[in-house]
Amino acid sequence: MKAGSNLEKVLTSGHFAVTGELGPPRGASVEAVEKKASYLKGVVDSINVTDNQTSVVRMSSVAVCKLLVDMGLEPNLQMVCRDRNRIAMQSDLLGAYALGIRNVLCLSGDHNKFGDHPQSKNVFDVDSVQLISIVKMLRDEGKMLSGQECEGVAKFFIGAAANPFGDPFEFRVTRLAKKIDAGVDFVQTQCIYNMDKWRKYMHMAHEEGLTEKCYIMAGITPLKSVGMARYMAKFVPGLDVPDYYIERLKGVEKKKQAAEGIKIAVEQIQEMREMPGVAGIHLMAIEWEHKVPEILEAAGLLPRPKVD
Amino acid sequence: MVVAERKPIEEILAMVADFKKVLLVGCKGCVTVCCAGGTKEVGILASALRIARKKAGNPLEVVEHTLERQCDPEYVDQLGPMLQENGFDAVLSMACSVGPQFIAKKYPIQVFPMLNTTFIGGALEHGVWAEFCQSCGNCIIHNFGGLCPIARCSKSLMNGPCGGSANKQCEVSPEIDCIWHLIYDRMVELGQVEKLRNVFPIKDWSTSRDGGPRKIVREDLKL
Ligand code: SF4
Ligand code: SF4
Repeated sequence: MKAGSNLEKVLTSGHFAVTGELGPPRGASVEAVEKKASYLKGVVDSINVTDNQTSVVRMSSVAVCKLLVDMGLEPNLQMVCRDRNRIAMQSDLLGAYALGIRNVLCLSGDHNKFGDHPQSKNVFDVDSVQLISIVKMLRDEGKMLSGQECEGVAKFFIGAAANPFGDPFEFRVTRLAKKIDAGVDFVQTQCIYNMDKWRKYMHMAHEEGLTEKCYIMAGITPLKSVGMARYMAKFVPGLDVPDYYIERLKGVEKKKQAAEGIKIAVEQIQEMREMPGVAGIHLMAIEWEHKVPEILEAAGLLPRPKVD
Repeated sequence: MVVAERKPIEEILAMVADFKKVLLVGCKGCVTVCCAGGTKEVGILASALRIARKKAGNPLEVVEHTLERQCDPEYVDQLGPMLQENGFDAVLSMACSVGPQFIAKKYPIQVFPMLNTTFIGGALEHGVWAEFCQSCGNCIIHNFGGLCPIARCSKSLMNGPCGGSANKQCEVSPEIDCIWHLIYDRMVELGQVEKLRNVFPIKDWSTSRDGGPRKIVREDLKL
């Protein structure tokens, strides 16, 4: 065991893992965190807590992770390179560990231009691949980037994101390989809709032996409506929503589109379970957390395994 | 070169609102090349200011002058006699932001920047300039096919494109090329794409502005 987190235990014992996602509130409400968390309790193996996603100011990811720990849930601390330099990152990592957080997800982060403070100064001192190497150094060498020995070692299970649908496609598997070299233990992908491209990506990753070297979790986001599908296809850079899903949602009456979206997600999950090299799913039900139990139940992924 | 563009006329008019006589100083260096602050632009701005103030019934006298460069004290010194004699209320510098600071250091008179000094770059076509370097002080572009991911990637990524790269465009705007896509294409072209497979190490920013304002001392050239 590298960190001994529940996610690590589930994955290393060969179970098909399930992670969820929780977006912190735009405010200081603990109740808002508790409400979202209550839907995820007992149905996922650990919960990603986003770090000011889309560059919109929200409650601190470290703080929300701690709230989850206190509720008996396991968080994955997301950390982006946009807002912190290497000093703040290492400091927050040490603090997060002290608070009982055991999984970290290293991300570049959306550009601040997209958020609610486009006037801000960004940092990008290190990039996501380099951040992975920092977390690994803290864990495996017990040292900071400066070479300073840590008084108490922070042992994290190290995650990263991968987007098989960004360009240039040929470089995407290489980028995954770099993250593995840097020290990543698990990877969660961007939401997958284009299953053909995904299969191709996984095939390439498998050929390179990458599926042996890290746990790859497929990103799933249920489509709530044809409007959402269209929006994602059009406005989210690096997201690929094929026409056949849009057509399929269009084919059912408005009231039933949400149910159809869930059906699509469940079909996708079932396919992921059969696909070699896919170690689990990362279910991002954006502002739809209360649907998570229903989706996982339908996909046959409940109850979650207990591994000691 | 340093690329700059002129401030909006309203902002400049507000700066000079209280003045009767100003010295508008252009520069024959970079800002002449990027058509922001050379003799021609000095002439255009001077007329615009005169016309606007005349219309407002509060005429402004604008004396035009263009120096060889404003980033060298020997040329800035040439303003001395003019400033001593002519009763100017202020100097308006049309150089990059080095110019007004050199003038401010030398003369006890208010100085205003007429340009927004924007980046180190070059012309893509007539009338279009783009950023190519952010003077990090330790050039590493040979690792990336000669293209700079520090200045030209919106996130200064050193290990490949972020998830937002699509259709060769940066996630920040369709107007921005994803430099990482261009780096990839270029490395393929050079037959060196394998080099991008290695993890590029964490950068030392102490040579950049992060190490404090910088200075280069060349002992061999000092007098
Ligand atoms: S690596 Fe640094 S010095 Fe070289 S072009 Fe980029 S910013 Fe400029
Ligand atoms: S899209 Fe390309 S240029 Fe833009 S931030 Fe991502 S990697 Fe950098």
